[in-house]
Amino acid sequence: MSMTALDGDSDKKAAKPGAAVISFSPRPRSMFDSFVARLAPNARRVALNVVPPLVTFLILLLIWQLAFGRAGSTLPPPSKVWSEARDLITDPFFVAGPQDIGLGWRVLTSLQRVAEGFGLAAIVGVLTGALIGQSVWAMRGLDPIFQVLRTVPPLAWLPIALAAFRDSQPSAIFVIFITSIWPIIINTAVGIRNIPQDYRNVARVLQLNQVEFFFKIMAPSAAPYIFTGLRIGVGLSWLAIVAAEMLTGGVGIGFFIWDAWNSSRLSDIVVALAYIGVVGFLLDKIVAGFGGLVTRGASPT
Amino acid sequence: MSAYLKLDHIDKSFSRGAQTTEVLRDVNLVIENGEYVSIIGHSGCGKSTLLNLIAGLSTVTNGGVLLEDREVNSPGPERAVVFQNHSLLPWLTVYENVALAVNKVFSGKKTRAERHAWIMHNLELVQMAHASDKRPSEISGGMKQRVGIARALAMQPKILLLDEPFGALDALTRAHLQDSIMQIHAQLGNTMIMITHDVDEAVLLSDRIVMMTNGPAATIGEVLPVRLPRPRKRLELVTDRAYIAAREAVLKFLYERHRLVEAA
Repeated sequence: MSMTALDGDSDKKAAKPGAAVISFSPRPRSMFDSFVARLAPNARRVALNVVPPLVTFLILLLIWQLAFGRAGSTLPPPSKVWSEARDLITDPFFVAGPQDIGLGWRVLTSLQRVAEGFGLAAIVGVLTGALIGQSVWAMRGLDPIFQVLRTVPPLAWLPIALAAFRDSQPSAIFVIFITSIWPIIINTAVGIRNIPQDYRNVARVLQLNQVEFFFKIMAPSAAPYIFTGLRIGVGLSWLAIVAAEMLTGGVGIGFFIWDAWNSSRLSDIVVALAYIGVVGFLLDKIVAGFGGLVTRGASPT
Repeated sequence: MSAYLKLDHIDKSFSRGAQTTEVLRDVNLVIENGEYVSIIGHSGCGKSTLLNLIAGLSTVTNGGVLLEDREVNSPGPERAVVFQNHSLLPWLTVYENVALAVNKVFSGKKTRAERHAWIMHNLELVQMAHASDKRPSEISGGMKQRVGIARALAMQPKILLLDEPFGALDALTRAHLQDSIMQIHAQLGNTMIMITHDVDEAVLLSDRIVMMTNGPAATIGEVLPVRLPRPRKRLELVTDRAYIAAREAVLKFLYERHRLVEAA
């Protein structure tokens, strides 16, 4: 259809119509094809990632149902969990009374404690790690002590914390802090010791001062290591909070489990475990995703 | 001869525990303002050590490095270094890499707009202004080295130190960058000291070639002035008698009188 227009255009283009005919008709189809081609792998990827765990989950539910479905079983089967704890599963944010609230609220309370303890651990841990990574003497002096302290189980700190703070709330936060700080310190120190000598030389030629060096070279260069430490740290603090709350009481998800056990609400415990697992998974993904965003392009080439 | 940079009886030895290795012994050299000097020698002869001493990245054991009659023993932007492996910071863009240097060296001396113009000017000098928003991982090896040169030039150094700047590049890219460096040298008249182990590169670029003996306890074996008129064109030089003679002199020094036995 545009052949004539092309023909009449100019003498120079006279040789081109032959090529134009070939390229014209397949074009719309190839655009459609590429659209489908672009869509298809996405759908495929989603299916590949979602279907297998879903199938596995259903099979596990089935096995669980078969194993504990008989009368007189020690643990509740999925069907019983559903019938007994339906409100907890379907509505995480209900408020029915001062101690009868949805698990979402309890998780948020626990998360707030984690945020305070872990946030403090992140700041102190990165700074201490930077010191150890930079100074040979700080490393020689502090590293052996840290290596001993980091093996102390989280809950072993709790009595000390309770004695020191005389209150359960700061004690729980302290336990989070002391649990999550070690991997942050150690990974930061390793990251800083691994800053390439070339980057240090650049900083020396430019005569960057300590503060400039920290923000311009040290932090970005060690960021992948720091985020590895933070990721391990946030996982550990989520492990520790549940245990700490079981002992200190209050509103958190850990205390909920303890309370449910004391009043034999096994189905509630099962639901709480699922909440804890999902939230822990999300915490890990959030820190990892944030790390990926911050350290974009930080790997040397 | 006006001594711009003077290396005065430099010894350098490294000690680890009780063991001491003497790398350089009694190195003496005087470099004039605006001169292009190459240091050539077999690997392990301490040429990089010598450059690090001039840069102030390591300190002399005996003797001294004097720049305009003042001793230098710490690094500084007036002796900018172009590192062998470019050493760009991978988390910064090309522009930001140069900006890091410019903002540090010229903070308080230039306004924000002047600094921006200066950054772009230096990127244009190495023909990299078009890639100012790219990260180092997105550009080729030769381009990275261009940015490394721009960063060093942007510090407006008294002396530009080049540590095997083209060693990691392929021959064609290397030739391009050599031409760029010659152009920049002609344009700015900087004093440049370059480490190399490429004989052709040394003869093509240098006013003088400093040839190092083999280590341990290496020193300057010979200094060869290259009396070729500038601007130099690599194609015309191929058949130039002075060029061939200079090339031969360096080769003879390296492979006849100071052959590296271990390298065989």
